[in-house]
Amino acid sequence: MTLVAGIDLGSTTTKAILMDEAGAVVGRGITNSRSNYHLATRIAMDEATINARFGLLRRDLEATSGLERDLLRGAAAEFLDRLELDFRRAQYLMQLDALRDSALQEAAGPRLAARSSAITSRLGPLFDEMAREAHESDGHAQRSQFFRDESASRFGEHAQRLADRDVPYDLLLGIFDKAIGQVEGRVFDRSFERCIRSALAESRLPVAEPRTAGSPTPTPRAALRAAVSAAVARILAADVEPAVTIGTGYGRQRLPFPKEQIRSEILCHGLGAHSMFPGTRTVLDIGGQDTKAIQVDDRGIVTSFQMNDRCAAGCGRYLGYIADEMNLGVHELGPLAQRSTRSVKITSTCTVFAGAELRDRLTLGQRREDILAGLHRAMMLRAMSLLARSGGIEDEFTFTGGVASNPAAVDALTKLVGENYGGRRINISPGSIYTGALGAALFARTVLRERRGD
Amino acid sequence: MTQPSPQDRSAVKDESMLRQKQMLASHFSRLAAAPESGDKVVYTFVPGNLTELLLSFGVVPNLPEINALQSGMRKLSGDFIAAAEREGHSEDVCTYVKCDVGMLRQGNVGPTGALLPPPGLLLLSYTGCFTFMKWFELLQQEYSCPVAMLHVPYQPEGVITPEMREYVVRQLKEVVIPALERLTGRAYDEDALCQRLALSAAAEDDLVAVLGSARHRPSPIDAYFGGVYYLGPIFSAFRGTDEGLAYYRCLREEVEARAARGEGPVTPEGTMGEERYRLVVEGPPNWTHFREFWKMFHDEGAVVVASTYSKVGGLYDTGFRHDPSRPLESLADYCLGCYTNLGLPSRVALIERYLRDFSADGFLINSVKSCNSFSAGQLLMLRELERRTGLAGGFIESDLVDPRYFSAANIKNRLESYFQMLDQKRRHARPAALEACA
Repeated sequence: MTLVAGIDLGSTTTKAILMDEAGAVVGRGITNSRSNYHLATRIAMDEATINARFGLLRRDLEATSGLERDLLRGAAAEFLDRLELDFRRAQYLMQLDALRDSALQEAAGPRLAARSSAITSRLGPLFDEMAREAHESDGHAQRSQFFRDESASRFGEHAQRLADRDVPYDLLLGIFDKAIGQVEGRVFDRSFERCIRSALAESRLPVAEPRTAGSPTPTPRAALRAAVSAAVARILAADVEPAVTIGTGYGRQRLPFPKEQIRSEILCHGLGAHSMFPGTRTVLDIGGQDTKAIQVDDRGIVTSFQMNDRCAAGCGRYLGYIADEMNLGVHELGPLAQRSTRSVKITSTCTVFAGAELRDRLTLGQRREDILAGLHRAMMLRAMSLLARSGGIEDEFTFTGGVASNPAAVDALTKLVGENYGGRRINISPGSIYTGALGAALFARTVLRERRGD
Repeated sequence: MTQPSPQDRSAVKDESMLRQKQMLASHFSRLAAAPESGDKVVYTFVPGNLTELLLSFGVVPNLPEINALQSGMRKLSGDFIAAAEREGHSEDVCTYVKCDVGMLRQGNVGPTGALLPPPGLLLLSYTGCFTFMKWFELLQQEYSCPVAMLHVPYQPEGVITPEMREYVVRQLKEVVIPALERLTGRAYDEDALCQRLALSAAAEDDLVAVLGSARHRPSPIDAYFGGVYYLGPIFSAFRGTDEGLAYYRCLREEVEARAARGEGPVTPEGTMGEERYRLVVEGPPNWTHFREFWKMFHDEGAVVVASTYSKVGGLYDTGFRHDPSRPLESLADYCLGCYTNLGLPSRVALIERYLRDFSADGFLINSVKSCNSFSAGQLLMLRELERRTGLAGGFIESDLVDPRYFSAANIKNRLESYFQMLDQKRRHARPAALEACA
């Protein structure tokens, strides 16, 4: 199987897609972009590779025959889900170990030498507790898919509890900040192989052992384990290195590829949206730092586009600032805004003034959910202006980018589209954050075909 | 004829550049020396400039727009604009105006380092830019000198009617010429004017040949970035002069030689490589990052084969020439025909014509928010041109001389996307689209 890859290096997150020759997505990976684009690219690709290997494992097990197939019938999906969660936990624990080492090293450094033992005495139990939580969690309780966010959230909670006058909270957070940077700067070698083996050892097999004596040898559980182990070995041996990689996104100039392997994010979003929803004629992409209004033809070829100019007002980063000001996670903003009973009219979506605008409104006694609803509408009004400049909204209309996963943003947009353009089919894919990477992978597939003279 | 060596070529190539540099330096020296020499100085604008008439009175023209753009290119405009804003000028005001006002506040030292003299007259040629009036209103308060206003009627239909021409000629006779007579103490000398108009017409023939050379593949010139250099003399003080004529003759020879050798344009990065995209550009360039901006085109193999900005100081490639047989009438026609004085339909028609005549792959608009006379309606033009030609339009935004409004990453992003869009369209071109472009 020959694979191709698309990488979208965004200002907030880096996404990777692995695709087979037939155009089917076999793996997806995402990580936060950090300040090191090379590393972000590598990690997103690692994630996509892992995801692809799990996909291949599923396909492999589904093709299993004989006793194992009977044993797996109905249970394979559940088992694989379990295996993937255990895998994620093993991965988390590996990074947590590295975080602990870095934090302890930081505590032992010359800067904190005087308080070293006091700090270490807090950090030890703190990390033990984080590890215990991870062991006990069923994986679904994870708050974020990014290690930085997940560990920061849990570290913060424990640090608050363990901090005192000798070792204040801010000091512990400072240590975390230093340590997390080092962990994020590290690539965990052979992590798939190591994690999958430990996950395999831990995962409960969804097969009951026979209750009666004289059971067949080997036992169903052992047979299944052997089948899964054999499948894992095959998957580990499978070549998932992409034959062609195309990069896109804001950081595309920094991607470790030659210029010919780089495509504009506008083209990639257009093609990606077309691939997800072939009826697409207009695409709105709201990313971390820019908003793009794109018109495409019936083949996904861009015919016109407009981008925000000079400032990032009304982009994803704006919501990030608002969330920080409100001490909330970005993902919490939309649902809170949806509880609004009375939208407040807001005209400014300046990212820099976001905090001032918000505090001013709160001082006036306006409710947080109403202010948020107003902010979401203001943001979408800016997007509407850009859409108008690009040529309007044609049927069908596809909304992509990180902001498309915000329900209040979608509500505001839907309302404005209805008011201004009447009935338009609005498409939003749950995987919309991958649209750019998907388009890049499709370009990579075209390059592969051209190379082969198809 | 033997083929010149590369060294010879670069020597030939450089001659017009050196000539222009000397011309401009001597012009600014003459301006600086005006208080001592007794030369009378008239400030005026590039669109609708009456250089031949001014020179026939022996006065020296000074063009604040040229000073501003030169300040932009020499990285001085940021400080000048800040000085004007400290005085109370808003962020949204035309940045040429603020650059000029700021330069005045900081000692009125011109772009070449020579002091600029105060004007004896402000010749306000109004050709579609409302800001011109406000600009000279400010300068009038500053210098307390007379203003002669030449009101050039706007051309909404793209047709010069006899009444329009007559209206401008009457103002020349009743307002502009008497003002120049008062300033210089000299009587209007039509013979002297006609001699200059004849020199202008000859130089204009050469300029048109230079701009038309972009029909070649590859084009030997860049009609936007290179174009602004080629237009330097004719847009400033050298229309109707022997030096101007010699400059354009020299330039034409250089360009024709380059075309004969099959060479692309000369750029600051060296001679252009493979010509991958042929573009028509609408709107003024950004001056503060001129070279960086040009490089973004150069790196992608994009050559501008025609531009509208190079027509703000006169539109010659549709047939107009200054004409000694009808001196004042031809000056009127010149003013009426400047690009800034044309309505949207005429602008669209001109760009459409360029797209076809120069076999362009697409067109690009550089929109300057603080320049309403250019930017208002540009998106409508874009849509209409796309509809008429089937060619793709691109849209970028920057500023004239305010360095704060040049976002390199944003512009590069848009340009790259645009060029890739052209590629994609080319690869998937449908027969219908090809027919539309034919």
